[in-house]
Amino acid sequence: MAALKKIGMHLLVLGSILAAVQPAYSIPAFARKYGLPCSACHEAWPMLNNFGQTFKDNGYQLGNGRDAPIYQEPAYWPIMFRTTPQWHRENNNRQAVDSVPGNATSAQVEASVTTSGFDLAGVDMIAAGTLYNNISMFVQPFIGNSNFSLNQAWARLDNLAGSHWLNLKAGKFELDELISQERLLTLNNTGGVYYNYFFTPPGDRNSFSGIGFPQLGVELLGHSNNDHTRYSVAVVSSNNGGTGLPTNQTYDVYANFTKAFEAPWLGRQQFGAYGYFGEAPTFYQTSGGNPITGTGTGNRSFYRAGAYGHWYAGSKFDFYTFYMHGYDNVYLGNAVPSNQPFNLPAGAVGPVWNGGFVEGHYNPNPRFILTGRYELVRMSREANPAIRRDAGNLDTWTAGYRWYPIMSPRAGFAWIQEYSRIINTGAAPLSGKDDIRNSLLMGFDFDF
Amino acid sequence: MRTNFRLASSAAILVCFFWCHNGAAQESHIGKLVGKAKRGKDLYQRYCVFCHGPHGDGTGESAPYLDPKPRDFTKAVFKCRSTPSGTLPLDSDLYDTISRGIHASGMPSWKPLLRQERADLVAYIKTFSSAFQEEKPGEPVPIPPEPPSSPESVQRGAELFQSMNCWSCHGKDGRGHGPSAATLTDSKGYPITPFDFTSGSRFKCGDSDREMFRDLVTGLDGTPMPSFATAMNSDQRWDVVHYIRTLNAPKKTRAEGKNESKGQ
Repeated sequence: MAALKKIGMHLLVLGSILAAVQPAYSIPAFARKYGLPCSACHEAWPMLNNFGQTFKDNGYQLGNGRDAPIYQEPAYWPIMFRTTPQWHRENNNRQAVDSVPGNATSAQVEASVTTSGFDLAGVDMIAAGTLYNNISMFVQPFIGNSNFSLNQAWARLDNLAGSHWLNLKAGKFELDELISQERLLTLNNTGGVYYNYFFTPPGDRNSFSGIGFPQLGVELLGHSNNDHTRYSVAVVSSNNGGTGLPTNQTYDVYANFTKAFEAPWLGRQQFGAYGYFGEAPTFYQTSGGNPITGTGTGNRSFYRAGAYGHWYAGSKFDFYTFYMHGYDNVYLGNAVPSNQPFNLPAGAVGPVWNGGFVEGHYNPNPRFILTGRYELVRMSREANPAIRRDAGNLDTWTAGYRWYPIMSPRAGFAWIQEYSRIINTGAAPLSGKDDIRNSLLMGFDFDF
Repeated sequence: MRTNFRLASSAAILVCFFWCHNGAAQESHIGKLVGKAKRGKDLYQRYCVFCHGPHGDGTGESAPYLDPKPRDFTKAVFKCRSTPSGTLPLDSDLYDTISRGIHASGMPSWKPLLRQERADLVAYIKTFSSAFQEEKPGEPVPIPPEPPSSPESVQRGAELFQSMNCWSCHGKDGRGHGPSAATLTDSKGYPITPFDFTSGSRFKCGDSDREMFRDLVTGLDGTPMPSFATAMNSDQRWDVVHYIRTLNAPKKTRAEGKNESKGQ
């Protein structure tokens, strides 16, 4: 039963992450500035192509002598808005509900719960561009349905010493991910996230979501002129991107390396490797028994590492492959303070898992893209031997398309339809059976 | 029967002639790369159409807001060439322009595109003008080895800068504000500004001394910058190059310098 409770907590954490995941973006402010269409930088927005990735890596500069704001009309304002009016339907096959609705004392049972209706995903605002030649910036407030947050805010010194290989960024930013959570093509509740980026095993107290969420820190990034070779190293506070120093005082390190080459007949082939190495607290200093913010201690280590690829098979079809290996320290995995080793369950170990996904795109023209993804996570070692061996395993399928009837250097407008399904093995809150959720979404996605 | 055979043979030869002739114009050849216009069309729709327009005439949606205006491919007149003034460029000239971009204009460097993609774009751009089917590109102008720069060479270059009336557009001090500057227009009648050699900005058609020399020979077609192929000999052109370098050598990034040395 305790194990089931832990799984329930795990689902809650996962749910809160999913709820907090904000829509991805493209930036018409850049299109307006340079007169280029969305399709110049995006395979299909928000997914970047290599020209867009190079533009981003150059600090949002084309290098054509027109990058500094002084070349813009005084009325030019480097800002964009994006929102997604939508209709969606969510279903969970085994949700814990009161057997008598409204009666909290009645026994709980598992039931299929379905919700549907018209909705909004909030509004993304992005102000981004250059402050001067080789000084770029990015500010991204997010207006949710009931909250306002600062998703990203950073400045970057570009081309230090006249070299593409030295670019220094500081602030709150998305880590250098070739397969970007921020540019995911699907937005629905179940399939609008790369689960591997956020995954922690059942019962784990590591609140890590470093690869998927913007982090606070500094980043050194470099790239070749055509972006075929790239590297980045970031040092970030172990605060999971939270402002106000909410967690502890240690630092995490993220490193990424990407290499690309041109294959005859096929097109660009890109592959890379990454690693995130960090620490998370197992307990806090307390006052009257309550944790004092930012005083996390008893830090224990964790890491995520793996490899990925972006492969083209001709000009209209491409696919991502992604692999991740994860490990959390035994204290993190069992949610036990490191100063209380006697509370570790018998046979406790650090959890280990592997995961990955394959995502394909068919893009016959710049105005249409069909996408499909299969993602999985497989636990290879549970933190607590009492937990069933496959608890935490995930399987998700997502399919959808985006059609862009309007694409101009001023705005972008898309019609989207998506379906996604996730199976959480053994995660039903009462029975311990598989928890299955389905999500269907359709709507308009536009930015200007 | 024999007449029918002859007619059929003639028709086949005629079809083959037009197909082959047209087919050649639908391709580009840059070294070992062979670009195909059919593939280039898709790329053009993705990357180029909003400035250069669906018909390649430089009237895309963004064109009214750009200065200088996008190139009109239907005229088959190109600034950056290795061929004499008034002739068509080589495929490699168009490829180099796509790769390098045109500095101080809306045209960025498209080097992030694959080499094959850039070659395909060249093939498609050539379909906008029948000139590429009717004429051959000019022969590349010869560029002799550069003599070392010296105070004497610079002095001679300064004198040529005056005597050849370069100053009337570029100004006596090379700042681009000569007495004719305000009146200059390009071949479509749009105002055009002479280059300011003191700005440290990159040249439109490449920054190396060889490229500057080449520009003096070929001129920049479609602009008031004429060819000095006959007005100056090679030594004199090198003298002018050396003099212009003293006005303010373009500031290249290390990465750009490295790429130039690699000949990318």
